[in-house]
Amino acid sequence: MPCRMTSLHQLLASVLMMAGLVGPAAAEDPNGARRKALHNMVVQDCGSCHGLTFKGGLGSPLLPDDLEGVDDSTIATIVLDGVPGTPMPPWRGLVSESEALWIARGLKAGVFQ
Amino acid sequence: MNLLRGLTVLIATAVWCLTAAADTALRGTGDLGVIIERADGSACIISTTERAILSCVDGLGDLSHASAVFSPDQRYAYIFGRDGGLTKLDLLERKIAKRVIQGGNSIGGAISDDGTLVAVSNYKPGGVKVFDATTLEQIADIPATYGSEGKLSKTVGLVDAPGRRFVFTLYDAGEIWMADFSKPGAPAITKLGTAGKLPYDALITGDGRHYIAGLFGEDGLAHVDLWAEEPVIERILDGYGKDDPAMPVYKMPHLEGWALAGDKFILPAVGHPELLALDAVTFKEAGRVKVHSQPVFAIARPDGRQVWVNFAHPKNDTVQVVDVPSLKVVHEFKPGPAVLHMEFTPRGHEVWVSVRDADRVDIYDARSFEKRGELSLRKPSGIFFAARATRTGL
Ligand code: HEC
Repeated sequence: MPCRMTSLHQLLASVLMMAGLVGPAAAEDPNGARRKALHNMVVQDCGSCHGLTFKGGLGSPLLPDDLEGVDDSTIATIVLDGVPGTPMPPWRGLVSESEALWIARGLKAGVFQ
Repeated sequence: MNLLRGLTVLIATAVWCLTAAADTALRGTGDLGVIIERADGSACIISTTERAILSCVDGLGDLSHASAVFSPDQRYAYIFGRDGGLTKLDLLERKIAKRVIQGGNSIGGAISDDGTLVAVSNYKPGGVKVFDATTLEQIADIPATYGSEGKLSKTVGLVDAPGRRFVFTLYDAGEIWMADFSKPGAPAITKLGTAGKLPYDALITGDGRHYIAGLFGEDGLAHVDLWAEEPVIERILDGYGKDDPAMPVYKMPHLEGWALAGDKFILPAVGHPELLALDAVTFKEAGRVKVHSQPVFAIARPDGRQVWVNFAHPKNDTVQVVDVPSLKVVHEFKPGPAVLHMEFTPRGHEVWVSVRDADRVDIYDARSFEKRGELSLRKPSGIFFAARATRTGL
């Protein structure tokens, strides 16, 4: 992820955002109750196939190391459309495109561990 | 005065702690069970008689998708963690008796009919490992090798079969294997053949006769009659979903808790909001039940008359009860967010229901559907009662 921090203040804000403490960083990021619900969904419901700690299960491991070099948008597309012919289901309708991107960034940053 | 009061409190606390750590009174374990707190790596020992938590034991690792089997004397639970941990939990002493990390990523296990072997099904490294039930020392390693490059397949649907045997299914290879430990020495491995694409789970019936694997990659199931001289795989219910578009499956169904009522088995369909009824003699379709959404567990009350069903995300706040003779939904209610598992008391008078996102386990009368109690636990998932020790396949 490219880093364009202009001040310490912003850096701090983004660290806190990644830790899931404050947010959102981008206007379209989920906030408040919705972000909490999404966070829980990623841990629990993605976790039921990928492992609660994302070390993998029926689904592949989704740790930051596993996703290194994969674009946010590629991950978001997998989340939205699933992987046909495998148990990875499409989440479109349950999460929006911007939420899928937020999940992608969160997975790569290890926010959900 | 104050000192005296302080001393009394101290002694009372010490006594309480001692009794809490291990109940010194004599008791049986037939009414005990284990509930997994999946996010905390803890297993809570409960009593169905008292409808209470006796003690929660920490340190069991990653328990997403954890399950448990029990020793024949019903004193020990063997708990299979996602992270490859195998923990032997002492229900009487309320502590970990032994724990090993046996693999990298696992999905459940089984105990042999004589109670001497515990087998674990692994995703990584793909295969089955078998342990001495007393010491947890490894006895056998069965890599699930397939294809010309010798790849390892994830294994699923591992069950115990009568005669010190285990049956399991290879997810990536689509095969069903049997490991026979009835003779001393290395197990005899029999590859029963091809089940179909992406088998995701399997069950064995309580009489140990029928093994049925569900397929994710095809509309149908694979059936093996283990009473046959040379068991073979036959496909059943082929094309059961061909008339309806499949819906996304946000949680894989489980085939544990098969329901046999008189002449029918009831199983969850995959990608369809339906239960499938199978004729128990011919293994042909015997009807369907439209249900709320994608079913996850379809668990029979022990008498087999009714089947309780929970559902996949995002419709997982609901439970439906199906009457098996008429194949009709006779009751529906919403215990709360994320109903994950249900377990009946051995003779079916009550059912315990874990409601993960409410941090609660509810206890219902299994006939009147009235709520009898609730317990608070952190993110509860699987519920396993010690009486499973007496049943094949559980
Ligand atoms: C029902 C099981 C299941 C659920 C639930 C599930 N996944 Fe998956 N997922 C899979 C499987 C299986 C694969 C591997 C597909 C393949 O074989 O290519 C996968 C693959 C992926 C991949 C691609 C990984 C890679 O390295 O190529 C991503 C990203 C992913 N899932 C994210 C998610 C997220 C985020 C969620 C929750 C919103 C989720 N999954 C929920 C089963 C699941």
